[in-house]
Amino acid sequence: MSSGRLRLARVLLGSQVATMIEYRAEIALWALSGVLPFIMLGLWSQVEGSTGAAGGVDGGAGIGLDRLQLARYFLSAFVVRQFTIAWVVFAFEEDSLQGRLSPYLLQPLPPLWRYVAAHLAEQATRAPFVAAIAALFFLLQPWALWLPTPQRAGAALLATILAFTMNFLLQSCIACLCFWSERASALERLLSIPLLFLSGLVAPLETFPPGVRAAAQWTPFPWMIHFPAQLLAGGSVSLAQGFAAMAAWIAVLLPLCLGLWRLGVRRYSAMGA
Amino acid sequence: MGSARGSGLRRHLITLRRFWGTALAGQMEYQLNLLIELLAMAGNMAGSVFVLSLVYGQGHRLGGWSWEQALVVLGVSTLLDGVASTLLRPNLSTLVTHVQQGTLDFVLLKPIDSQFWISTRTVSPWGLPEIGAGLALIVWAARRAGASAEPATLTTAALMLLASVAILYSLWFLIATTTIWFVKTWNATEVLRAALAAGRYPITAYPGGLRTFFTLVLPVAFLTTVPAEAILGRAAGSWLLLSVAVAGAGLLLCRGFWRFALRFYTSASS
Repeated sequence: MSSGRLRLARVLLGSQVATMIEYRAEIALWALSGVLPFIMLGLWSQVEGSTGAAGGVDGGAGIGLDRLQLARYFLSAFVVRQFTIAWVVFAFEEDSLQGRLSPYLLQPLPPLWRYVAAHLAEQATRAPFVAAIAALFFLLQPWALWLPTPQRAGAALLATILAFTMNFLLQSCIACLCFWSERASALERLLSIPLLFLSGLVAPLETFPPGVRAAAQWTPFPWMIHFPAQLLAGGSVSLAQGFAAMAAWIAVLLPLCLGLWRLGVRRYSAMGA
Repeated sequence: MGSARGSGLRRHLITLRRFWGTALAGQMEYQLNLLIELLAMAGNMAGSVFVLSLVYGQGHRLGGWSWEQALVVLGVSTLLDGVASTLLRPNLSTLVTHVQQGTLDFVLLKPIDSQFWISTRTVSPWGLPEIGAGLALIVWAARRAGASAEPATLTTAALMLLASVAILYSLWFLIATTTIWFVKTWNATEVLRAALAAGRYPITAYPGGLRTFFTLVLPVAFLTTVPAEAILGRAAGSWLLLSVAVAGAGLLLCRGFWRFALRFYTSASS
């Protein structure tokens, strides 16, 4: 029984990896389209620089991160973002509109696993490109090079996996709305906006006013980029708080997603039927 | 000769009205989209202003630009995003489908310029709120920044905005044209979109290396910073001329590149 499942997982992943490698040029471009953290690093590093030059008349506290921390933070944010991207809404919307979902539902494998495997395969294909971009970054700015401690690296890895799980579940909940609406991807567009601004992708949470930061931490978004990125970059974060928040969000999202899926499948009667 | 050119322009204008009339009639079927687009626009604007306020809240000035002046740049950037979602994305994304399915043949056979057909075939009303919001932000912030509304300033500003739209169109069209060779390069427009996000802030806010890159390699400086300078009535003459030159060169380049690419186009079946 369990060896059968293991074989199933291996075959599923193997076939998805083969598919993704076919699309490697496309995936390289997707990886490259995540350059926003580097642009924002350019902007923020100049802001920091001007504090030093001006001598800080009233903004004595500055933004709370020096040039080195900023460089490491934004590189980490780039890497974390690359491995937490989910596109299940788009894949699912296409499958359900084109009627491919019907045969999937007949197979003795819950269709969501197919998307999980596709995402993992895509990340494996993406990894070399991410490594190349990171190498280029250190080539241009060798002073920012660092090696995280094994504990921090392990915690960052775990946090990234959890962040991916959160993003995947969040998107799957929206994907399930495809059972009711033909344009669920429009909702994903709305979700991507707070993800962009509150996750720490364009500005580290340390730069937020305290009230806004506290409010943002009640949403799932900062935990999906800022927390894993600060773990990787060696910044100061509370491990217990971060992991507890992630566990709580997953505990909410997982049953919600499964519930929506069951309701949706019950309602589903193939597109056009 | 003169009359032939005139009637040619009229023919294109009539065609354009038909194209956009049918496209709008079709899109109006999806009214819920309007609500979603309005929400998305509001969210994006609020987020961008928030990020800008984080920088300025610390008492910093971004590259020597005051808060109101930086908001003008953000307004120009919003306006261009709106133009991209109204005209560029809906039209140029269909080129990929045409090449994949071989229907580009039908476009080439039509008795009208193929670049014109591909660039203007449809229009999406969902970018219009963004264009409106961009214009509103520009006007509001420029007045607060003390910009004059003299005819000379207004004319220069309008000319620079036109030039930046022309540059944006050239960039999109150049990438779309590469589809003729590599069918799956549509993602390259995502890379372009990500890089153009740099245009939300004045170019002088970036460190030297990035500034050079965004002026010489990817002309982001001409897209938002130069028009914003013109709106504020403080653009140097040389930059204005350079901007017009870049726009002209871009349009010529994408025209030539399209002609060149078509020489390599052999339809899907042959």
